[in-house]
Amino acid sequence: MPRKKPQASRTQAASKPTAKKKAAKKKVSKKKTSRKTAAAACRRQGGLFDPEPAASPARRKKKTANKTAKKSPRKSVSTGQVDVAIAEKMAKKQKDISVSEFFAKNRHLLGFDSPARALLTTVREAVDNSLDACEEASVLPELIIDVRATGSTQHVVTIRDNGPGIVREQLPRIFARLLYGSKFHARKQTRGQQGIGISAAGMYGTLTTGKPMRVVSRISRRKPAIELVLAIDMAKNQPVVKKESEVEVEWAHGTEVQIELEGTYKKGKHSIDSFLDQVSLANPHVKIVYSNPIDEEPIIWERVSKVLPDPPNEILPHPHGVELGILMQMMKETNSRTVSGFLCTEFCRVTPNVVKKVSDETEGLGKRIDPDRHPKRLSTADVRILHKGIEATRMMAPPTNCLSPIGEDLMAKTLRRNFDPELVITVTRQPSVYRGNPFQVEAGIAWGGELPGDDLASIFRFANRVPLQYEQGACAITQSIVGTPWKNYEIQQARGALPTGPLAVLVHIASVWVPFTSESKKAVASYDEILKEMRLAIMEAGRKLATHLRKKRRLADAERKKDYIKTYIPQIGIALQDILTLSDTQRTKAEGNLSDVLERSRKM
Amino acid sequence: MAKKIAKSYIDRVKRENAKRDKKTITSIENAADEIYKKIMRKGKPMLRFPVRSLSNVSYDKKKGYLEIGKARKERTLTVNTVKGFAQTLRMMGLSRELVQTNDFATKRDVYYQSKNWAEAKFSEQSESDTVMDDIEALFSVDDVSREQLRFVPDEHGGAVAGELVVLDPDLDTGEVERIDCTRFGSGAYSIPSSVEHLSFETKAKFVLAIETGGIFQRLQSHKFWKTADCILVSMAGVPTRSTRRFIRRLSDQIKIPVYAFVDCDPYGISNIYRTLKVGSGNAAHINRFFCVPSASYLGVTPQDIIDYDLPTHPLKDVDIKRAKDALKNDPFFQSKKQWRDALEQLLKMGVRAEQQSLAMWGLNYVIETYLPAKLANSKKFLP
Repeated sequence: MPRKKPQASRTQAASKPTAKKKAAKKKVSKKKTSRKTAAAACRRQGGLFDPEPAASPARRKKKTANKTAKKSPRKSVSTGQVDVAIAEKMAKKQKDISVSEFFAKNRHLLGFDSPARALLTTVREAVDNSLDACEEASVLPELIIDVRATGSTQHVVTIRDNGPGIVREQLPRIFARLLYGSKFHARKQTRGQQGIGISAAGMYGTLTTGKPMRVVSRISRRKPAIELVLAIDMAKNQPVVKKESEVEVEWAHGTEVQIELEGTYKKGKHSIDSFLDQVSLANPHVKIVYSNPIDEEPIIWERVSKVLPDPPNEILPHPHGVELGILMQMMKETNSRTVSGFLCTEFCRVTPNVVKKVSDETEGLGKRIDPDRHPKRLSTADVRILHKGIEATRMMAPPTNCLSPIGEDLMAKTLRRNFDPELVITVTRQPSVYRGNPFQVEAGIAWGGELPGDDLASIFRFANRVPLQYEQGACAITQSIVGTPWKNYEIQQARGALPTGPLAVLVHIASVWVPFTSESKKAVASYDEILKEMRLAIMEAGRKLATHLRKKRRLADAERKKDYIKTYIPQIGIALQDILTLSDTQRTKAEGNLSDVLERSRKM
Repeated sequence: MAKKIAKSYIDRVKRENAKRDKKTITSIENAADEIYKKIMRKGKPMLRFPVRSLSNVSYDKKKGYLEIGKARKERTLTVNTVKGFAQTLRMMGLSRELVQTNDFATKRDVYYQSKNWAEAKFSEQSESDTVMDDIEALFSVDDVSREQLRFVPDEHGGAVAGELVVLDPDLDTGEVERIDCTRFGSGAYSIPSSVEHLSFETKAKFVLAIETGGIFQRLQSHKFWKTADCILVSMAGVPTRSTRRFIRRLSDQIKIPVYAFVDCDPYGISNIYRTLKVGSGNAAHINRFFCVPSASYLGVTPQDIIDYDLPTHPLKDVDIKRAKDALKNDPFFQSKKQWRDALEQLLKMGVRAEQQSLAMWGLNYVIETYLPAKLANSKKFLP
């Protein structure tokens, strides 16, 4: 979204001067804390949670330090003594950058680049987590979302789910530590992927309002709910529990997150309202109750299905999707004692027979890799050959039962509920594979009804049931919709543009690993295999739409012709009566005959 | 005595008119009756129109005009044609009414008349013009012309000067108006839109049909008609229907030759002269009324350009295209070797010359030298 870019840089530019000014003050406090014990530090750091990103001076200095350090040997010829002192002094400043610090500085990467987006991103991340948790625990999800204004640009966002809840020990780490989670390492279709989202939202809230996030979780009716007030120690990427208490709640299990943050609420395409509407489209089993600062009544999306989607299975990676670096890492960490055993246990679709074929392939690539060698004793060059050998070997596609599509029927139901269209068409393709990752594409078209007829079609993009709201133009889904020959399907389309008409087009891609163009999950990358499947799905739906539209037009034509007959036959009667001086009876008779003849021919 | 002649003339005109009108009404009624009977038999009525295109046109040397062929297109009454059918029938009814009330209507009049036809009304004049053309074609098969259907053109006829008396009977008063075309001073007689009732008295030796108003003006003001003993007609470009019909009736009645004097370019030859002599390709169904088979081509010929050393302009692309088209597709030019040679000569020279280019040799060179020289040798005129 190019519109967002300038805003992002402005926010950064604005934050820089403050960072510089406070750098000196920060240094002092840091030295102090380093001497204290860990526990004490934790408590203190919590208090230090203010908008100044402490990381910045350290990071900038590190760069310069490196430069000078490299130059120093040359200088040492003339002034040896001073050099050592400088290098040592600099070495003190050279240290790790915490992930939290990095993201605090680069918040735009996570979708916190403008106040309006920050609010939306917070809701998005919480919703993703809640739904994944509910589904994993086989609970029909019910989300209660409340956005309330506490100032003109400040809002409290509260999101509660009826999921399994989170045990006390894990709560701080899940909500107040970046890159912590269960999903990153699993090759499984989930909404969240990296485990950055919700903790980043909490961090953003604390950065902008100074208020820590509040989490309430209850795991069973038999146990009380626990409330934690959490912050992140950005330097260490560690959670800080500021307050802990048992609270009374009326719900049996679930988790509630409350974050106060700087953000502006607005309606429109990139609004929370629109996001939740789309969530309800791709998640027929979810009930959402949503209150916002503008509407008086909460908006409710009732579920259209009481059946949970089939739980996605976790699968081993497919050899064709693995990168060289990852392969090396895996070989270092494996417990297998032969290359053959390693490949067969760590990957799917690999059998000793396949390993033999890979080994044969490596022979042609310069060096035969013996499958019986110990994986940890392969040189880098050998692994490289092995990797190429794997690429060159034909093997079975990965299993596709790990995917959980929405399904044609349920997709049709949600489209009907949300758009009340005249016609709904849904298509779920068979699973396919890109780079060793199984994926499945679905397309849905809602046509007519209240949808505006003169506008471009509305597009709804989903990846693993998560709506994509930004960077529409850069997305493979948009590309495939634009590339579809809509004119063949009785729909107008300007060259290189989206189709025009009373049309809503939904495309969903489900995969164990959806390739996004950036970390904040805005657009699907255009792999040929993915584009092809999307195009085929849309075209199949388009053909069905065309059938309907043609039939509709034929009926309208017939109706119009019927009118035609009624309108013009009397004129023929008048003319004949006029020329042939017929009696009125004769005229009526002629008109009747003529209608009969034409009606008969019309039906034929 | 004169009155008696006038009365008999008027009576004759009246008789002829009555005969023509009866034929028109019969044609219309027959067409309507055929449709009505078909409807009463529960069949699908249809109208048969002659196909109006060059592909359905042939040139008959004996008849001397481009004749429409036998090809017919049938328009059956279906759901899709019901509107056009209703409009055609309503317009036939209007025509019948015009004949009965001895009135007429121009194309524009018909368009406004249709506004009384409820849903069958026309929303653009071009629509009503098309239907009128259809009806005209439909009845041309019965030798009924548009004028007889009482649909008259809006356009003016050409101008006439010279040794001609036009007898124009006024059927209401019984008087016959004698119009002496020598007595218009520096002006000229204007051909009316309907010429069927006119008759002529003349001692002139030929009719000279002139393309441009400029040359007509010059010949008229120097009383060329007196010296050459002829009738001058100004066509002002492609002659209108009434001008063509007027010349045709003149040549039919008094049997004198008609000479065309036009620019030497493909437009003058293949559009103006060809249309005057044999009619036009796309309105072939009316050519039999509107052609002058006795016409011949005085000039300016391609050879004249050489003989008289006329100043020229190069042929334009559209001229070349028109000339080639005439040689390739036009049945009239194809049947006349002299014309094929002349057109090929013109194309080879690659130039064109206007009538008025004769003015290079003196403003009255055309009167004093060119026309007398050409007329002395009328055998050499192009056919």
